[in-house]
Amino acid sequence: MQTDQTQAGVRLDDLHKTYDSPAGPVQAVRGVSVAIAPGETVALLGPNGAGKSTTVDMLLGLSRPDRGQVTLFGLSPADAIAAGKIGAMLQTGAVIRDLKVRELVTMMASLYPAPLPVDEVLSLARVEPLADRRTEKLSGGETQRVRFAVALVSNPDLLVLDEPTVGMDVETRHSFWLTVRDFAARGKTVLFATHYLDEADAYADRAVLMAQGVVVADASTTEIKAMVGSRTIRATLPDVPAEMLERLPGVSRVDRRGDAIVLACTDSDAAIRALLAEQPDVRDIEINGAGLEEAFLHLTADPADEPKEVAR
Amino acid sequence: MNAATYARYELLRTFRNRRFFLFAWGFPVVLFFLIAGPNRNEHDFASSGLDAPLYYMVALSAFGTMNAVLSTGARIAGERSVGWNRQLRLTPLSPRSYFRVKVLTAYLTAATTMALLFAAGAALGVSIPAGSWLEMTGLILVGLIPFAGLGILMGHLLTPDSIGPAMGGTTALLAFLGGVWYPITGGVMHTIAQALPSYWLVQAGHVGVGGHAWGRTGWLVVAAWSIGAALVAARAYRRDTQRV
Repeated sequence: MQTDQTQAGVRLDDLHKTYDSPAGPVQAVRGVSVAIAPGETVALLGPNGAGKSTTVDMLLGLSRPDRGQVTLFGLSPADAIAAGKIGAMLQTGAVIRDLKVRELVTMMASLYPAPLPVDEVLSLARVEPLADRRTEKLSGGETQRVRFAVALVSNPDLLVLDEPTVGMDVETRHSFWLTVRDFAARGKTVLFATHYLDEADAYADRAVLMAQGVVVADASTTEIKAMVGSRTIRATLPDVPAEMLERLPGVSRVDRRGDAIVLACTDSDAAIRALLAEQPDVRDIEINGAGLEEAFLHLTADPADEPKEVAR
Repeated sequence: MNAATYARYELLRTFRNRRFFLFAWGFPVVLFFLIAGPNRNEHDFASSGLDAPLYYMVALSAFGTMNAVLSTGARIAGERSVGWNRQLRLTPLSPRSYFRVKVLTAYLTAATTMALLFAAGAALGVSIPAGSWLEMTGLILVGLIPFAGLGILMGHLLTPDSIGPAMGGTTALLAFLGGVWYPITGGVMHTIAQALPSYWLVQAGHVGVGGHAWGRTGWLVVAAWSIGAALVAARAYRRDTQRV
């Protein structure tokens, strides 16, 4: 399927990447295909080692895929970068020292064909109060905000954020995402990798879940939650085999954790009635709306297609 | 893209780092007075054909500028360690412009160091024709090309932890064998020295007394080191896209 090039935002087609490690080759990414429409905000989720950062690196042209292709607004990563269409906040990093924040942003702006005005960037990233501060005197959270300003300065069509809120406290994280949302509201495409599920839930239109180098789910966060059942029932119920509970109506999956059981349900009302009828000893019952977390653990624990043998 | 603005801020950052300048300027000047001062009346110093103040003025200019240019590498290593290098790859800044600005900064630092040393030399009675000052400056600037390449190479190969000792060792060795501390005028050491770019930096002093500083060997050695260092530096930069 070939999308009209003018309509295409981000297209990753069948990306593969294998690294050499001292213990032999590691297949970090094994056939990732994702399409993102212009204006969409997409979260890239997955545990450590899922291949998120490798995928982001290939998307940005920092590493070359062994196989497959990246197209950004119909261009190669290098051409899209040269045109100033891409802004990114990479996973690790600080900023160079011996400059004031405003000077750093001005310096970076000078590299692009059509940058945003420096004052607008400072205001958008909410770093105006830091404008005259030296970069080496910023705290961790402040540094992240300045790096965000640097990512915005080219007025990019695509903003890529690789775990941007690591090291931020809860309040800073919240206000950070509000600034991302402000920028996305200008019709920009945003892709962010994170392992904070609530961030994906709250700020993304769509989530792409990766595990062991493949995409295991690609849907709206609501749909992903629905995939593993809408609610969970937790209760204390020793000595009852899980198979017996799996037969209950409305139950999609059973986990036993010591004396406790966790039932993922498609219909929790039917399930709780049947559970109480069949197992009168059950106690400490809790019924919860399933979070993205449950979905995440479930989906990344058994990837849709089993991983091929990976040499380690 | 406005390369001039980028270069201006890169220079501003360099010249703002006071500690860097304390060492880049202070050390060579202090060493010059300590070494050349007591020998200020020596003519044909250690059969080098030069007066001691002239010899050491050029030798310590070589040392100071060599340090200034090599330390570009330390700055690159520092930028890499905070991921700045990868950030720059996400901008339209070409590797060519990146290196141009780095080398420009290194050269301006070197030029200020040299100016200070020349002033210190004049204070100890070095007096040579204006044309010779210029020629000497030119030769030193050309002779620094291999060091710019080596600095960039080390900056991309090493981490901030290892670059200190690596650079200290390299400068110490090249300075010693190049005759910065004492002229090397004969024997096997002289043969080895002639193959090093630092030796020819020090030899630039000979234009001060109307002699030929480099000759064919000198130009060949400097050219070979320049090309070699530029090639390996470019290679190191291209390979260095990984996270560190």
